[in-house]
Amino acid sequence: MQIPKFNSESIITAIIKIIGYSAILFVGLIFYFLLSEGLPAIIEVPLSEFLQTRWYPIEDYYGILPLLVGSLVVTIGALIIAVPLGLLTAIYIAEVASRQTKEILKPLVELLGGFPSVVLGFLGLLILSQYLREIMNLPTGLSALTGSLILAGIAIPAIVSISEDALDAVPQSYRDASLALGATEWQTIWWVTLPAAKSGVLTAIMLGIGRAIGETMVVLMVTGNAPMMPTGLDTLFNPTRTMTATIAAEMGEVANGSTHYHVLFFIGIVLFIITLIVNVTASTFVFRRKKRSERILS
Amino acid sequence: MSSLITVLKVAIITWMYSRIHLVFILLLLMLAACSPQPNNDETPQLDSSEYLNNVGSDTMVNLALAWAEQYQQINPSSTISVTGGGSGTGIASLINKTTDIANASRRIKAVEIDNAQANGVEPIEFIVAKDAIAVIVNPNNPVDQLTLQQLSDIYSGKISNWAELGGEDRPIVRLSRETNSGTHVHFLEQVLRLGSKEDKTLFSTDTLLLPSSEVIGAEIRNNPNAIGYDGLGYVTPDMKVIVVSDGLGEEAEFIYPSAETVNDGTYPIARDLYMYTAGPPVGFVKTYMDWIFSPEAQIIVTQLGFVPINSP
Repeated sequence: MQIPKFNSESIITAIIKIIGYSAILFVGLIFYFLLSEGLPAIIEVPLSEFLQTRWYPIEDYYGILPLLVGSLVVTIGALIIAVPLGLLTAIYIAEVASRQTKEILKPLVELLGGFPSVVLGFLGLLILSQYLREIMNLPTGLSALTGSLILAGIAIPAIVSISEDALDAVPQSYRDASLALGATEWQTIWWVTLPAAKSGVLTAIMLGIGRAIGETMVVLMVTGNAPMMPTGLDTLFNPTRTMTATIAAEMGEVANGSTHYHVLFFIGIVLFIITLIVNVTASTFVFRRKKRSERILS
Repeated sequence: MSSLITVLKVAIITWMYSRIHLVFILLLLMLAACSPQPNNDETPQLDSSEYLNNVGSDTMVNLALAWAEQYQQINPSSTISVTGGGSGTGIASLINKTTDIANASRRIKAVEIDNAQANGVEPIEFIVAKDAIAVIVNPNNPVDQLTLQQLSDIYSGKISNWAELGGEDRPIVRLSRETNSGTHVHFLEQVLRLGSKEDKTLFSTDTLLLPSSEVIGAEIRNNPNAIGYDGLGYVTPDMKVIVVSDGLGEEAEFIYPSAETVNDGTYPIARDLYMYTAGPPVGFVKTYMDWIFSPEAQIIVTQLGFVPINSP
């Protein structure tokens, strides 16, 4: 038996419904657009050419390997810096800091996350890159390292904020039980609280990866955009060109429907696949974790 | 991201309580299908004859804007709309009949002329100004002069230390504009390949492709290893301009880029800036093009750091 609804309620339900479906629809339409514009590239450019190491589209060199590697180097560099720093900051805010410190620190970290990336890019270009060049004696400060550092600065607030929420959500009884059993505070944090908050922390890290690999303005400004193939470990100190920067820099003047245009969309598909893999990995991992902890709890 | 997840959750919950969800999806799909398609072939509404559209080169956009502003001050009844987007964009608009005048920092390509004629447009070329590409280094760099051959070797990666050019023992950091810039293409053809059509030399892969003149300027000012190039109009006093020689003849003569050396043809890295009209200009377009060649308009060229064309 259905209880008759008020008229206004059905209107609101309908509005929410439309908004809800539109999100799915938009994702679907974006995906369709990406595929329809990017897939012709596979026909126009042989696959072997994509795996070349030369990216110079105005002369029909479409090797996307240096761009792929560039994106990975900058993102991994950013994560090596951002994950430990972000996690430790979150632990400090959630577990160690006094209530007063926490109330100051958390909004400050969130404020850092609200900085427009172009501002951070300017700081990187005018201050950080010059400073790095001088102290590390690099040929130029516009390098993958500068990009990684700034991206880490962008990823840290996301990681801290979400990990802190996850740590905060761990029931106080866990900590009390651990401490009552004679564990030290550090043992409690490392062996009890952090594992209990694992799914939230992992989500935070994945979101951090997402922000780092998708960031465009900063890498366009500070990484130097040289499509170089890595020769060794010094890659981090050399200029590099990422996929996002390539799309941003070249999409503006490319002729609609040309091979170059399709290849840029193809790069977009590659980026989409990478973020999809990251998200799927994260969600399966989080999902499995939840099931297991549920089993333990029951 | 989290808001997206929330929206998805709401969507899923709504779906579970609803039996008419298909209706909404169909409705939205229909809405999407019915949305008006932008029509590219539509020409702008010319309700007065004193209106014209001017699209093209980013190098020239400041010049075109200054001309348009000056002209509209003299003739308040006229409206001139100026947009950038690049030389290619400008010429494409001319072919598609969406602009009256296309600006280009390079000459129109043969394939573009073919496309235009196929679309019933006859592009008419005007050289409206000239531009020199200056080679710039940090003021602390002791190197003053380079030949085109040396520049070509630097940018193709054959020379990678300033010591080989009489400077300090420092690595060379090559700076360039992005590949979609007309300046980049011009430098590639005239310097890197020394004007040879068969030459397929490319920029060294470690050449930094920077998105704007401002970024090139910042790096040149701060980094003593850097070498860059840009339009003469973008050179500021805190950079050092290299004197360039084409390396031909008995004694190589090194030339400083300036209005005089561009006009007498001695500075080797100069280029013409073009405007194209669809067919011989008539009406307001003709009046405007004639005004651009007047001394009054050519003064603006000098003020913006470009080189005015020789008045006959």
